[in-house]
Amino acid sequence: MIRVDTPLSEATARQLKAGQKVLLNGVIYTGRDAAHKKLVEELELSGKMPVDLSGQIIYYVGPCPAKPGWVIGSAGPTTSYRMDPYAPRLIRAGLRGMIGKGNRSSDVARAMQEYGAVYLLALGGAGALLAQRVTKAEVVAYPELGPEAIYRLEVTDFPVIVGLDAAGRDAYEEGRRRFAAPAGAAR
Amino acid sequence: MREVEVGTIAAAIRDCCIEACCYLPEDVREAMVRARNDEPSELGREVLDILLENAAIASEHEVPICQDTGLAVVFIELGQDVRLVGGDFRAAVDQGVREGYAAGYLRKSVVGDPLQRVNTGDNTPAMLTVEIVPGDEVKVIVAPKGAGSENMSALAMLTPADGADGVKAFVVDRVIAAGANPCPPIIVGVGIGGTMDKAALLAKKALLRPVGRPNPQVHLAELESAILKEVNASGIGPQGLGGRYMALAVNIETAPAHIASLPVAINIQCHAARHAERVI
Repeated sequence: MIRVDTPLSEATARQLKAGQKVLLNGVIYTGRDAAHKKLVEELELSGKMPVDLSGQIIYYVGPCPAKPGWVIGSAGPTTSYRMDPYAPRLIRAGLRGMIGKGNRSSDVARAMQEYGAVYLLALGGAGALLAQRVTKAEVVAYPELGPEAIYRLEVTDFPVIVGLDAAGRDAYEEGRRRFAAPAGAAR
Repeated sequence: MREVEVGTIAAAIRDCCIEACCYLPEDVREAMVRARNDEPSELGREVLDILLENAAIASEHEVPICQDTGLAVVFIELGQDVRLVGGDFRAAVDQGVREGYAAGYLRKSVVGDPLQRVNTGDNTPAMLTVEIVPGDEVKVIVAPKGAGSENMSALAMLTPADGADGVKAFVVDRVIAAGANPCPPIIVGVGIGGTMDKAALLAKKALLRPVGRPNPQVHLAELESAILKEVNASGIGPQGLGGRYMALAVNIETAPAHIASLPVAINIQCHAARHAERVI
């Protein structure tokens, strides 16, 4: 288990290896389907985005409303492949990391290798536990999107696993290969 | 005729929305504990421990197990000797959802038009199915459904020649292709027979059956067990990170089919297998 501070340098992003367990500390931004569409539209139109994502990490999440006494409601990862059409463009614009769950496209993996970015996995469905690692949350863009707005989160020891690294190694593929029954065994 | 106020149904739905989203059903929790104790992957065991801890935090503080508190899937079994009074039935169902998602601090995850995609702001409308049954009671079942698992649904119109082997191959193939996306360990709902829409509804209803209770028909229980074995032999494991527990159960429901058809629908449920019910 290693501790990593955000934002990430290219060197740090390239050092992280698939399967490594990481505790993130610092600022991360939320963004999912609707926010990605808007971000990329603005980027194409004006070359700018409402949030400077250079060196930053986007967490694919749409949190629940915060209960009184909570910083944020349940906040686990959403499935990442829906952001695949937009992620390479954001990586080109300086995005250094993504947190989500599930597989990514080869276009995303290629952009990560070329620009030095990392894909981190949070545990899907562990929203209540992950919410407790968020110490501050504020909406910084697209408030009209409700749960899909972009939040700036401050996190402490936020647990993730390196899913896809900047060298193209994939923790899902390696884990599955290790435990797959030999062909024919279960058939 | 027994009179039932639609407001009573709204209140039951409100309570069920909160209960389902914050409290993991005991059968699912027990299945996760069994998986945890049998899982050969160290990381897989760790993942299951964290998911169990998460469910404990959720119930302790009454917060949602998962932030995707889903579309409000509502099944109502309406006794034919019940007369509904006190207002519009459909509006009462949506009112229950509206109140439950507000009072429970649940996420509003519905867009009004699937292409224009503007959030309705209150998680309505409910995805409602009503069935008329004998008796004078009203049974309300709320099964909030997240999209991570719902998006991995599949349907095929197989032919009679494909038979049980064809069903097995289709289900195993699609579940394995879903990989980590539906948040394993999952429950696989399979609907076989009927028309296309009937098969899909059966697959969703199959998810309501408790984990560890096989289909009472022997040939279907055997098919459930064979599919489960193959899915878990994939090595995908908890959260897709490797292991032997990608799925906790495969539940099959069937209906009569056309002489030319063998419809098969798959509906996957993540480990946050939420549902709650009330009888009025």
